[in-house]
Amino acid sequence: MTAADGAELDVAGQVVELVTRLAGPGAQAEVLVTRSELALTRFANSAIHQNVAESASEIQLRVHLDGRTAAGSAHGAVPDDLRALVERVLAMARFAPPDPAWPGLTPPAPVAASPEWDAATGYAGPDERAALVRAFVDAAGGLETAGYCRTALRATGFANSAGHAAQGYAAEAAMDGIARVGGADGTARRWVDRLADLDGAELGRRAAAKARAAADPVELPPGRYPVVLEPAAVADLLENLAWYGFNGKRYAERQSFAEPGVAQLDRAVTLVDDPLGVSGLPFDLEGTPARALTLVDAGTTTAVVHDRRSAAESGGESTGHARAGSATFGPIPRNLRLVPSGTAGTASTKGAGGTNAAGDATGTRGAAGNTTGARGAGGDAGGPGRVDPLAGAVTDADTAALVSRMERGLLVSDLWYTRVLEPKRLVVTGLTRNGVWLVEDGRVTRAVRDLRFTESYPRALGPGAVLEVGRRSVRLPDRWDGAWWEAPSLRLASWNFTGGASG
Amino acid sequence: MSEFDVAGAAVQAALDAGARYADARVMHRRYESMSARNGDVEELTQDESLGLGVRALVGSSWGFQAVSELSARAARDAGHRAARTAAASGLVPGPAVDLIDSTPTTASWSSACEVDPLGVSLSTKGDLLVAATGTMTEHGADLTEGLYQIWDTAKWFVSSEGHRIDQRIRECGAGISATSIGDGETQRRSWPSYRGQYGTTGWELVDSLDLTAHAARIAEESRALLTAPLCPTGETDLILGGEQLALQIHESVGHAIELDRILGWEAAFAGTSWLDLTQLGSLRYGSELMNITIDPTIPGALGSFGYDDEGSPAVKRDAVRAGRWVGVLAGRDSAAVAGLDYGGSVRSDGWARLPMVRMTNVGLEPGPHTLEEIVAATDEGVLMDVNRSWSIDDKRLNFQFGCEIGWEIRNGRRGRMLRNPTYTGIGPLFWRSMDMLSAEIVSWGTPNCGKGQPGQIGHTGHPAAPARFRNVRVGVRA
Repeated sequence: MTAADGAELDVAGQVVELVTRLAGPGAQAEVLVTRSELALTRFANSAIHQNVAESASEIQLRVHLDGRTAAGSAHGAVPDDLRALVERVLAMARFAPPDPAWPGLTPPAPVAASPEWDAATGYAGPDERAALVRAFVDAAGGLETAGYCRTALRATGFANSAGHAAQGYAAEAAMDGIARVGGADGTARRWVDRLADLDGAELGRRAAAKARAAADPVELPPGRYPVVLEPAAVADLLENLAWYGFNGKRYAERQSFAEPGVAQLDRAVTLVDDPLGVSGLPFDLEGTPARALTLVDAGTTTAVVHDRRSAAESGGESTGHARAGSATFGPIPRNLRLVPSGTAGTASTKGAGGTNAAGDATGTRGAAGNTTGARGAGGDAGGPGRVDPLAGAVTDADTAALVSRMERGLLVSDLWYTRVLEPKRLVVTGLTRNGVWLVEDGRVTRAVRDLRFTESYPRALGPGAVLEVGRRSVRLPDRWDGAWWEAPSLRLASWNFTGGASG
Repeated sequence: MSEFDVAGAAVQAALDAGARYADARVMHRRYESMSARNGDVEELTQDESLGLGVRALVGSSWGFQAVSELSARAARDAGHRAARTAAASGLVPGPAVDLIDSTPTTASWSSACEVDPLGVSLSTKGDLLVAATGTMTEHGADLTEGLYQIWDTAKWFVSSEGHRIDQRIRECGAGISATSIGDGETQRRSWPSYRGQYGTTGWELVDSLDLTAHAARIAEESRALLTAPLCPTGETDLILGGEQLALQIHESVGHAIELDRILGWEAAFAGTSWLDLTQLGSLRYGSELMNITIDPTIPGALGSFGYDDEGSPAVKRDAVRAGRWVGVLAGRDSAAVAGLDYGGSVRSDGWARLPMVRMTNVGLEPGPHTLEEIVAATDEGVLMDVNRSWSIDDKRLNFQFGCEIGWEIRNGRRGRMLRNPTYTGIGPLFWRSMDMLSAEIVSWGTPNCGKGQPGQIGHTGHPAAPARFRNVRVGVRA
C-alpha cells in the first residue's frame, strides 16, 4: 500500500457486482475492504523484546438473500479469492435459518471525507518506533521500563447493492509505558494521530516520576474514600460505560442503565462520541456515516449508539457504530470523550483535537514546574535541597488543582482488570494499578498499596457525586487501534474500596 | 509453491538478511459461528484467513513480519522485513538471547474428529440454537441466547534448524444462556458455561452437551434468581463447581506460571507474577490435594496440539505436585533465560501474531471425593458455580470472582438458591485452604484468553472438578 488510491473502493464494487451476477438483483450485499499496515514495538526490562508488523488486506461481505443472512470474510484481494468468497457466503445464505430481523442496507448518503491523516505515521518504520522507545527508556533515569509504541494505517472502501459507496483512511500512533522501582510502577500513555506528536522522553520522565513517588506504599483499610481519578483511570469508566451503558443492543434488551431523557449523571458530566474529531474512518461496517454524537449532556442521558439491527429493534436510526461482532455484542462508542470543564461546545473539530493534544503536552510540561511548585505544598517532607519523590505523584497542573481541593482521599492513576458484576446497575470490580496515594489537606502524603474496589459506575458519577472535572483532557489508547478514550482527571465524592492488598 | 515452500522462502530470506535463526508459519484458518437470540438466528459468519508470519533473530533481537499474500516474492519480502525489524530492535538491546535445543523434526499431526463440524449442515446447527433459545423463552427468560463456534486450522511450520511440521486442528463448542430482567438487575444462567464448552474435537462435543435438555431448567433458574436471597457476606466454607474452578485455575495458576510474566516480559500490560524462580521446586502453592499438570496431550481438550508454534512436541509436565510449585509454561528463549531445559508452550493466534508463551491444558488431577461427599461433609457454607465475572491483580494474587448461581449449604445439604454470589481471596492462601477435591474431572475449554500486544486470543483447556475451600470471604458487593 503506497497511497490513498481508492483501490479498496474498486474491489468493494467488484464484489457487489459479483454477488448480483451470481445471485440476481434480489440479493442484497454490503462489502467492506480494508488494507492495513499495523506495527507494534514492545519493550520490557528496558529492552525491545517483541517487534512486530503486519501488512494485510481483508474483505468483509454480508449478504441477505430470500430472507436469510450470512456474512463472511477473507484475506487477499485477487480475483479468484473474490469469487470464492462470494460463492461461499451465498451458499451459507441459502442454507441459513431465516432472519426476520434483517434491517436492510444503508441507503445512499453523503459521507464526509476522512479527517486529515498522516502518511508518515501510517508508514512509519521500526527504526522510528525504536527511537521513541529509546527515548522513553533513557528518560526513565535507570528505572526498569516496559511498554509499547505502535502505529497503524487503515485504508477502506465500502459498497453495497443499494448504490451506496464510500472510502476512508485513518492513521494513528500510541505509546504506553511503565517505569518500575522497588515493586512500584508508574505509567504514562498517549494516543495521537501523528507519530511526530509522541514524545517518548516526556512519557518516560512522567512514568519514572510516578514510579518513584509510588515507592514504599502503606496498606489502607478498605472503605469509601473520596478520589481523584487520573485520565487513565477515567478511561476505564468510559470504556465500561460504552460497552454496557451506551450499547444500543443492551439498551434494547433492557440490560443497560441508560434512560435517554433522564438526568442520570452529575451535571458536570458531558460525554461525546467523536470518531472524526481526529483521524478516523468516516463510516462504519454497514456504510453508515460517522458523526459526533452526544450521549450525555450535562448529566442527562441523550442517546445510545446503534448499528442498523439494534436501531431497527429500538425504532431509531443507526448512529454509525456497526462493526464486526456488533450483532452479537452490540454497537459500542469507541471514541468517547468526557468533556473537560470550561469547554463551551460538545462536538469537537479537528482543530479542537489538535489544540487538545498540544495543550495537554504543554500542560504536562507545565505540570513539571507546577509539581515543583506543589512541592512547596509538600516540600517540608523533603527538606531543603532534597527532591521529595512524592512530588512525582502528580505530573500535571490540572490534576494538581483537583488534588489541592481534596481534604482527605485517594489519588488513583489507573484501574485494572475491571469486570461487571451486575450489568444493569453497572457494578464493576477491579483493582487500582500504577500508583495510588493518600491525599490529606490537599497534599499527597503517602503512597498506598493497591486496593480492590466494587462500585457502580453510574452511581459514582451520579447527581452530586462529581465534585470536579478537570480542564485538560488526555487522549488515551484502547487495547485495539481505532479506539481511544479521552478524559481529564475527575474528583469524585466517593469510591467503594472493598479489599486491600492482603485480601 | 507449497505452503512449506512459502514458509521456507521466508526463512531463507531472513537468514540472507542477517538473521541467525528464523522460523515461519503459514496458517489457514476457517472460522464459523452462529448465534441465536429469542428463537431467531442473530448472526451467521464464516471467515477464512490465510497468511504467513515469519520471525527472525538478529543478534539478540527479534523481529516479526506477517503478510496475507503468499507469493514467493511476498514471502521473501516478509523475511527481509522481519530481519530489518529485528535489527531495529537492536537500538534498545537486551541481554543475549539463546534458544534451548529443539530436535529438528519432520512431522504431521491432526486432532481427532469424529464429526467434521463444518460438515454439519447449517440448518441442523441453526435448528439446534433456535430450538434451545425458543425453549428458554417459553420458560420465562426475557433474553435467551445460543452460540456455537468452529475453528478449522491448518498450519505449516519451517525453521532454520530444519523443522518441517504440518498440523490440522479442529475445535468447536457451543452454549446457551438465559437472562431474566428484574427491577434494577439481571440474572443469567448458562449451560454448560457462558458462551459454551469447547474442545479440540468434532461436532460430537456439541451433541454431547445436549443443549435443549437443559434449556428449560436454566431459564427457570434465571427467573428464580431474581427473587432469591442475596449471597451472605462474611467468611465461610466455599464449594466451587468444576466450571468455576476451571476459571480459578486459569486465572490464579495458569497465568501465574507463564514464564514470560515471571521474567517481566508482560509487565506493562498483562502484568507479572507473584512467583519467583528461585522458589521453583520449593514453594508451597497449595494444599497436598493440589496436583496441576501442563498437558497438551489430553485428547479433545481445547489446549491440545501435536507441536507448539516453535516446533516443540507436546509433552505432559507437572506444574504443581502435592501442593509444591515445580513447573512453568515456557518457550525456547524464555527457558534459556531461566536456565530450564524445556519449552513447548509457545502459541500464536493466527499467522499475523507473534508466537508467545501461552497456556495449553493446565488443570487438576482428580481428587478422592465426589461433589455429593463434599456437600455432605460441609456443615455451613456456600456452593457456587458457573462463572459470571472475573478480576485478578497484575501479579495474579488478589482475585474476586462472581458466579451465576449459589446455594446455601447447611448441615450437609444443599439448601436455598442464592443470587449474586461472589468470593475473593489471595491465590496461594486460597489454594492452601483446599481440603476436599472431587474425582469428577471435566476438561473445560476457554476460547477467549486474551494476552499480548497486539492482542491475541488463546484457546486453553482446564481439567477441573468440584472442590471445597475453607474460610473464604464471600458476598462482596457495592
